[in-house]
Amino acid sequence: MKPAPFEYHAPTSLEAALELKAQHGDDGKPLAGGQSLIPAMNFRVAQPSVLIDLNHVPELRHISKPNGAVHIGSMTLQSTAEHDALVAEHTPLLHEAIPNIAHPQIRNRGTVGGSLAHADPASELPVVALALGAKFRAQSAKAERWIEAKDFFAGLFATTLQPDELLTEIAFPTKTPNTGYCFTEVARRHGDYAMAGLAAVIELGANQTISAAKLVYLNVGDGPVDAVSATANLIGKTPDAAAFKEAGRIASQEDMSPYGNVHATPEYQRHLSAVLTERALAKASERAKAAK
Amino acid sequence: MSQTFPISVTVNGKAIEKSVEPRLLLADFIRHEVGLTGTHVGCEHGVCGACTILFDGKPVRSCIMLAVQANGHVITTVEGLATSEDNMHPIQNAFWEAHGLQCGFCTPGILMTLVPFLEENKDPSEAEVREAISGNLCRCTGYQHIVDATLLAAKKLNEVTE
Ligand SMILES: Cc1cc2nc3c(=O)[nH]c(=O)nc-3n(C[C@H](O)[C@H](O)[C@H](O)COP(=O)(O)OP(=O)(O)OC[C@H]3O[C@@H](n4cnc5c(N)ncnc54)[C@H](O)[C@@H]3O)c2cc1C
Ligand code: FES
Ligand code: FES
Repeated sequence: MKPAPFEYHAPTSLEAALELKAQHGDDGKPLAGGQSLIPAMNFRVAQPSVLIDLNHVPELRHISKPNGAVHIGSMTLQSTAEHDALVAEHTPLLHEAIPNIAHPQIRNRGTVGGSLAHADPASELPVVALALGAKFRAQSAKAERWIEAKDFFAGLFATTLQPDELLTEIAFPTKTPNTGYCFTEVARRHGDYAMAGLAAVIELGANQTISAAKLVYLNVGDGPVDAVSATANLIGKTPDAAAFKEAGRIASQEDMSPYGNVHATPEYQRHLSAVLTERALAKASERAKAAK
Repeated sequence: MSQTFPISVTVNGKAIEKSVEPRLLLADFIRHEVGLTGTHVGCEHGVCGACTILFDGKPVRSCIMLAVQANGHVITTVEGLATSEDNMHPIQNAFWEAHGLQCGFCTPGILMTLVPFLEENKDPSEAEVREAISGNLCRCTGYQHIVDATLLAAKKLNEVTE
């Protein structure tokens, strides 16, 4: 099918883009990589009256590391971030997660900001953003603010961005000492949306016990799911197989409520999540030990 | 009457100037406006890979891009691979010799995915080839002959450059 007619704007500066967003509000849909939006328009699930194409706004494509965080402009291609040296060195979790997003052909158009603004619970980047405590820069013609990851995602395909705001930049905190990271998922075919997956972060204290942990899951709820009970239970434990198994059990039974889909029942998603938790924690703690 | 935009796009080395409605998909522009029907349209939502083209040298899905977005850019379609009818691209010869296609519907998208892949990976393993084509669906071959053809193409390309 083909998209319904719409009014098209291709602003060439951030100022002009924000002006258009202010003018059109919710009717003015930003077009980033179009890898989620245009399929939805082809199906006519989405019929925006105005498209604001952000591909000609140079201010939105950049990667830098000013202080303690890798800052990525919202229009940075997923494939650019995938091969970026700063991302690889300072945000290993993000680096490990990106190749799991779709296929190279999609990542050549899809953007980092587009994926986060789309807030698909099955997506990799929201999980990484929540696990690292990333911050989101939202700008309007009048003002700007930084939103914490935990306050950015607001349920299925929803964020707390206001009708006059654009997501312009995301700050991913850089890796910290004694900390290991791991992203892993299971998809039926590489590049498909995963049936289950998670980002794991583990910090080891002076006595080699777990001093901090984070487990965030994809596709098992209305957004990225932060397994708070499972992580609380890990604190103070020795990082061993028994602790990881228990974390997987708690996360999969208490912290998540998967819907299931055509490829996986909710029970299977819980099972996969539990097994992946054990693997991710084992890998992350190995990496934490090596990260001294 | 809806708005139209003048665009100028380089397709297989030729400058094309047209006026397009913004809702025109790039795949439909290539097929219906430029008349190059080698680019196939299967699913129109980015899943099957049949519409893959090179956009500024990189493989992308032309069914989930707008033609207006190609303004000022360089596109290569499957028709741009052979230099003449008797001088096919090495990858095309390899697909012919190793039976890399049956009905041929997926073939243009597979070739446009693999050409840049083989430029970056001179000596790919079978597993790497399978991952490279993971975003392209084929309902005929069972993929084995596509993988064989790709490995043969890598060999041929290395001979050409040696
Ligand atoms: C076959 C296929 C497989 C895929 N598999 C995966 C996968 O496994 N994992 C995954 O995570 N994704 C997957 N995707 C989706 C892909 O990653 C998209 O690129 C991504 O979801 C959206 O990014 P985009 O830049 O294409 O945004 P668009 O599609 O252009 O926009 C998405 C939404 O975000 C809004 N938006 C975009 N940018 C901004 C901004 N700066 N400010 C405010 N709002 C904005 C748009 O208005 C729209 O509502 C897949 C897509 C396809 C076609
Ligand atoms: S037609 Fe474009 S991916 Fe299927
Ligand atoms: S050869 Fe028929 S779909 Fe691939």
